[in-house]
Amino acid sequence: MDFEPIAGTEELRKEFEDFFKEVMKDAPPGWANSPDDLATDEGWAFHQRIARELGKRGWLSLAWPKKYGGLGKSIFEQLTFNEVRAYYRAPGVDGFGLAMVAPTLLAMGTEEQREEFLPPIARGEVTWAQLWSEPEAGSDLANVQTMAVRDGDYYILNGQKVWTTGAHRADWAFAVVRTSKELTRSRGLSFLLFDLKSPGVEIRPLPTMSSHSRKVEAYFNEVFLDDVRVLVKNRVGEENQGWAITRATMNFERSGLAGLGGIRHSLDELIEFCKETRWRGKPLSEDPLIRYRLAEIAVGITAGLATARHVLWGQHRVEMGEAPAMEMVPRASSMKYYQTELDQRFVYLGCQIMGLYGQLKRESKWAPMAGKFERLYQSAPGPNIYAGSTEIQKNLVAWIGLGLPRT
Amino acid sequence: MNLDFIEEQEMLRTMARDFLQTECPKTLVRELEESDLGYSPELWKKMAELGWQGLAFPEEYGGTGMTFFELALLVEEMGRNILPGPFISTLVCGLTILEAGSEEQKREFLPKVAAGEMILTLALTEPSASWKPEHISVRAVASNEEYVINGTKLFVPDAHVADYLLVVARTEDSAKPEEGITVFLVDARSPGIQCEPQLTLGLDNKAEVVFKDVRVPKRNILGKLNQGWKVVQIAMTKGTALKIAEMSGGCQASLEMANAFVKERVQYGRPIGTFQVLQHYLADVWGKTDRTTHLAWEICWKVGAGVATPFEVAAAKAWTNEAYKWVTERCVQCHGAIGTTRDHDMGLYYRRAKVAELDYGDTDSQIEVVAQQMGLKTHGNDQRRGIRKPLAQNKERRRCGLRF
Repeated sequence: MDFEPIAGTEELRKEFEDFFKEVMKDAPPGWANSPDDLATDEGWAFHQRIARELGKRGWLSLAWPKKYGGLGKSIFEQLTFNEVRAYYRAPGVDGFGLAMVAPTLLAMGTEEQREEFLPPIARGEVTWAQLWSEPEAGSDLANVQTMAVRDGDYYILNGQKVWTTGAHRADWAFAVVRTSKELTRSRGLSFLLFDLKSPGVEIRPLPTMSSHSRKVEAYFNEVFLDDVRVLVKNRVGEENQGWAITRATMNFERSGLAGLGGIRHSLDELIEFCKETRWRGKPLSEDPLIRYRLAEIAVGITAGLATARHVLWGQHRVEMGEAPAMEMVPRASSMKYYQTELDQRFVYLGCQIMGLYGQLKRESKWAPMAGKFERLYQSAPGPNIYAGSTEIQKNLVAWIGLGLPRT
Repeated sequence: MNLDFIEEQEMLRTMARDFLQTECPKTLVRELEESDLGYSPELWKKMAELGWQGLAFPEEYGGTGMTFFELALLVEEMGRNILPGPFISTLVCGLTILEAGSEEQKREFLPKVAAGEMILTLALTEPSASWKPEHISVRAVASNEEYVINGTKLFVPDAHVADYLLVVARTEDSAKPEEGITVFLVDARSPGIQCEPQLTLGLDNKAEVVFKDVRVPKRNILGKLNQGWKVVQIAMTKGTALKIAEMSGGCQASLEMANAFVKERVQYGRPIGTFQVLQHYLADVWGKTDRTTHLAWEICWKVGAGVATPFEVAAAKAWTNEAYKWVTERCVQCHGAIGTTRDHDMGLYYRRAKVAELDYGDTDSQIEVVAQQMGLKTHGNDQRRGIRKPLAQNKERRRCGLRF
């Protein structure tokens, strides 16, 4: 075991840093790369521009095999890219496509599916949406009701999906649907890929608490499926065997979230703010309580970094077929809620430091940091709930990591 | 970068775990806790025969030539098993002599340490209960070819069994408190040294050491005269890393114990490990332990490679301090009342966690270093003197109209 800096990646790291430093100069004010930021037209255009640039350079698919549009580099280059991008809080990465669809197809898709779907992801040309949750199937995803009835070379889909992040802007979807009337719960599920422009797809925004009458920008959606035709060849894995695929994909999703670099950058920004802002004659950064709590966040980030790296290391091994998916589940699950709770503590600290000013929306000329913490306060509870709530993650750690009985 | 252990490392860990399980069962741990000596000379000798004390010394000094990281893996197993005794104390000093000592000093001390024939400890802290140079008041005054040491050290680990103490003393006053400090290699049998045990929560043999006109030859200065704080920092960095490794092992043992218990203990007709509340407590403990373990590996590797920054070391100790305490508290909770008894093994770890926090830098002192390394200054304090200016002299306060 060694923590030697990755040899030969110093130049690449500098390339990444130079790129992101430059492009982030054009970031809209108060950018935190949050769902709220990406929900605006301006934010979305910014994201897409960067995605194209990253795609052109092959940086979205550094560690993929070349035949699918990758650069055939190692996990280390990918880790370096992830760390640098996360630090600059840069968009340009379609998390669903890159962190979920791609690893799933690499590990479990057909050769045809890999050849068709991976290259556009690598080029940053396509955005994916996750059609999993339903009104009656949140934590209990196996309770999915959307039916997919076989009709020759197609499935006909009917049902409703909810909490669909970015569906209004996405091109393709990966869905968990029920392909059997007889088999119950997880036993009758299949994993399908389809074009969101297909006839029968209706998308309605689902605003979160940060939206208001003057600015309804929703990142969540409801998706209604009315006789939507999906090609059978776009099914990943066997019919009614979709639950195994879904669970592996869930693990990829968790692992993909194990990036503490973003909090580090936000912390640096907050520290700068505290150094520059005087209150009652002294910089905020010199207040002993503020100082202590900022240091605590830095400790929390540092403590997580070693493990976060190990999560990505493990995920890559699973993608390349070198390790079974179950091996990484406890660590990925544990790090998922570690990071979301740490981020939440950080956001709450930022709000607290802002004092009365923390309540101001960015439209107010008095809003500090362009109202960044006012927005983040509202999006802070979400991550503890989506991508598998904290309670579910703890169950997985207990059952798989500790061998405690399922209840 | 390679995040997997190599075969030799796996073997070292397995072998150490098995050896300690056999040679240092909890019955011996308790016996040693209650004993005056606090360690087992027989076991100490067996460890030396296995090459443990000299693991990270070069072969020319009687060692095995393995790395600091591998030594840390060994110490992690000691923390998991619990090994009362002066292993960390001795190694911290041995490694400091290796890095800062003269060739003569290395040849005099290191082979004896490796052979299990010398026990060492660092005498740094004093009644001031501080880790800062400005709070050192033990003095060493030059007298011909010797120095004469006077003052009191407190919380010195294993002083009562040490052959030599590395004594941190002030030899010169200076505007910069880190200048004017010197480290002396002091023979524990020197006339004028009085050692009295301090009974602690950890039953871990800390001592008050009083120096009254203790004479030490000039050649026993470790490093350079008046430039000893650098030497102290070497010792503290190594000690902090090894302590963290030991603490991470303790977290793992606590978790295993609690997990095994909740699977066995039946209440309401079922194992209590089927209750979700306990499953979630233990899931949190699993995560905290996992992060602590990975952090320990990383910081120990970096310290061994000489690339750890003061920020990283302080952050790692601050984290581990709180993590080990939290883990053991939760694991006691999972055991119910039995976890609070003297005779249950959970208490061994719970007590040790609190004491380990305080060794090599308590959390508040570590957070202070973290904050400073982040560029966060304090106000109203003169950092160099480490004391507040008298209120009347504080212009800021007067201007704000504060009257106290």
